[in-house]
Amino acid sequence: MLKNFLQMRLKGLVVLAVIVLLLPLFFNNPFHYDLATQIAIFAATVVGLNLLVGFAGQISLGHAGFFGVGAYFSAVMTGTYGWTPLPTMLVAAVVVALLAWLVGRPILKLKGHYLSMATLAMGFIIAIIINNEGWLTGGPDGMSVAPFSIFGWELSSFNQYSLFGIEFGGDVAWYFFAGFLLLVAVWIAENIIDSPIGRALRSVHGSEIAARVVGVDTSYYKSLVFVVSAVYASLMGSIYAHFSGFITPHLASFEQSIVLITMVVLGGMASTFGVILGAVVLKLLPQVLADFQELEMMMFGLILMLTMIFMPKGLFPTLQNKLAERKRKKSEEQA
Amino acid sequence: MTALIEVTGLSKTFGGVHAVEALSFSVDAGQIYSVIGPNGAGKTTLFNLITGIYTPTQGEIKLNGEMVVGLEPNQLAERGMCRTFQQMQICMNMTALENVMLGRHLQLKSSFLTTMLRLPSLLKDEEDCRDHAVELMKFVGCGEYLETDASAMSYGALKRLEIARALASNPKVVLLDEPAAGLNGTETAALEELIKKIAAQGITVVLVEHDMKLVMGISDRLLVLNYGRKLAEGTPEEIRNNPDVIAAYLGG
Amino acid sequence: MFAEFIQYLFTGITIGATYALIALGFTLIYNSSHVINFAQGEFLMIGGMATVSFVGMGLPMPVSIVLAVLLAGVIGICLQRFAIAPAKKADVVTLIIITIGASIFIRGVAQLVWGKQYHVMKNFSTDKPIHAFGAVLNSQSFWVVGIGAILVVALVLFFSRTMTGKAILATSMNKDAARLVGIRTQMVLMLAFMLSALLGSIAGIIVAPITFTSYDIGIMLGLKGFVAAALGGLGSGVGAIVGGLLLGIVEAMTAGYISSDYKDAVAFSMILLVLFFMPRGLFGSRVVERV
Repeated sequence: MLKNFLQMRLKGLVVLAVIVLLLPLFFNNPFHYDLATQIAIFAATVVGLNLLVGFAGQISLGHAGFFGVGAYFSAVMTGTYGWTPLPTMLVAAVVVALLAWLVGRPILKLKGHYLSMATLAMGFIIAIIINNEGWLTGGPDGMSVAPFSIFGWELSSFNQYSLFGIEFGGDVAWYFFAGFLLLVAVWIAENIIDSPIGRALRSVHGSEIAARVVGVDTSYYKSLVFVVSAVYASLMGSIYAHFSGFITPHLASFEQSIVLITMVVLGGMASTFGVILGAVVLKLLPQVLADFQELEMMMFGLILMLTMIFMPKGLFPTLQNKLAERKRKKSEEQA
Repeated sequence: MTALIEVTGLSKTFGGVHAVEALSFSVDAGQIYSVIGPNGAGKTTLFNLITGIYTPTQGEIKLNGEMVVGLEPNQLAERGMCRTFQQMQICMNMTALENVMLGRHLQLKSSFLTTMLRLPSLLKDEEDCRDHAVELMKFVGCGEYLETDASAMSYGALKRLEIARALASNPKVVLLDEPAAGLNGTETAALEELIKKIAAQGITVVLVEHDMKLVMGISDRLLVLNYGRKLAEGTPEEIRNNPDVIAAYLGG
Repeated sequence: MFAEFIQYLFTGITIGATYALIALGFTLIYNSSHVINFAQGEFLMIGGMATVSFVGMGLPMPVSIVLAVLLAGVIGICLQRFAIAPAKKADVVTLIIITIGASIFIRGVAQLVWGKQYHVMKNFSTDKPIHAFGAVLNSQSFWVVGIGAILVVALVLFFSRTMTGKAILATSMNKDAARLVGIRTQMVLMLAFMLSALLGSIAGIIVAPITFTSYDIGIMLGLKGFVAAALGGLGSGVGAIVGGLLLGIVEAMTAGYISSDYKDAVAFSMILLVLFFMPRGLFGSRVVERV
């Protein structure tokens, strides 16, 4: 049965990998690659956030703050101080991990709405600092970011590459790189979920008191998952900064935090593939709605509201249930 | 015999109401020890005090000779104490088996890195943990629910599942809070057998229970509470013949 | 020196009174349904914008205000009936996203109807500033504080003297028990949303001449109200008022003495610090975990 489960896990990952590989067949301009890369980066971010929100049941309305710190740390250190991107990104993650640990210990003692308030406040403070310290961050106007490089190999949307005699643009390279990162993010998240640590996390959501009486130090695990999800956000923030080449404080804003948590809830809490779907929908929706111009905002709010009212468990789990039901009915009919 | 749990002068007040007052008793290792009393007598409060969910207003609790007042429930679990709840605390977002595997938490020591990369040592640990949990589920009579989601199980099965989870932590003592509540006759009889089997393994059992027949049949000693105070303590025989107890139960 | 202090203090009390009203709105809804309504700020926006546009249509000011408040009330009822009630079993986060969706929707409609530009509302009385203790005060500030105080008194009377008020209190304490004694809890919930919308829209109207108004002012004002409510302790009426005033004064003092760029940061740092040491705010009730 364990083998069964293992196969199921791998199946999901393989399906995702196939999608990432085949999707470019439908792309016919750089804009598509650009959008898909963004989606992959945000999807990886919310796969991390889902560990906190979906599995451990803790709310964060300030996660864009961590994303922003990662992005700006990388931007400033590589741009102004000439650090190398990859180590900088890791240092940023360590800084964010420390920050999340420090803030997380006291605020994760809070319950429900107090926790949303505290995380919201934390995110706001980060965003305000990024906005106001213009000498470092460029302030509201934003700042440009150096391209990413891995062991001296520069990855930029504007470059041309060739591999095994195939010529391709930087946008394609970025897409596959981001897709690879997403796969790694999913693999690690799934590993964590299906482990003693993962059970401890889920028990915090299921019944904190039950977890404590069997020896789970729940406040430790809450802090741990807060740090892990913050590190996911920080790493992806760094990646996003290098990818887009230009960042503004909006990345760290409250609105952005809301976008992140909406991806989780809309796609389906506690479902890794659900939140990826959430990221896809939330990134594509504005593209679709842009045609409606001044109706865009209204339509977006309406869709968000209606989806959550009628599918409170999120898109992916609801669809999954529907499919399972149909399958059951079919087998009943045959029998 | 040494006292496994020793309670001295324990009191708990909630805004002026004495839920438990000046209570002293001790539970010897290997016993089945039951706490009985009418509704509102303070039985569940007593359990919450012993297991670290409430902090006492006054008094001492010793576990294996060590003062444990002020320790968190998870620290008590490390010292070999585990419990079930009157209002069941099951993680409905997991399968039945995962709930029991959660009980093995303290036995599993994989580092975060090992977990993240799913190294072979973790897989080995997980397999052992899983085998152990399966065994325990069969032991409590939940063998047919291995892959069932906890949310899809019946009330009686969940009650047994909670006991399996408590046992998974390798406790020296388990506290069962009204395990028979809501069970029918057959289920209660099975529960009686189960408690005896647990005690036979050398695990001390402390029970809060309403079902007199069950309690009188299996307990080594009983503690009778009334309005948060000790009304009587002794063997089932002594309790049955205690005039105060008879007055409280029959005379109202 | 002293004049400066009085100036900041009064600015703080004025904006603090507005925060207190928003926080009271949060409290009302939180108590009756345990929902944090992230669309609360939109009621302020509706109040201010609708008044401006009714006045623009040539209606007299008092009529415009009444109409605007009624409009907000109806929207409050609709919000409960069509967005919150159908999702009553949803998770806390899901409910948060629903109210955020509602606020985006309301903002989207407002943007459509009223456009994206700022709108100006005239002071209720004289535009001339008032001089007191060497400080220069906007006459509208007196309206804000005065009306705020009247609303608080009215709320206290409503909850202590009327059956409807008591029914809301009963529902907030124990919904099932309230239903058993014949209170129609669904009605009570709608009422709580309506009252909260009325409070919000009045706050939005009285403060509009000072801050201007536009389709998107609701986000920040709503969040500040949430901060004030959490500062005081969610569910506590006194807490909401004290939290609101405290937040307003601290903000004004920070803006005056330290830096106006960081006034919001100070507000958010304050709530973090308070929650570190008092996890249920200043006046929040302690609850015993029941297992």
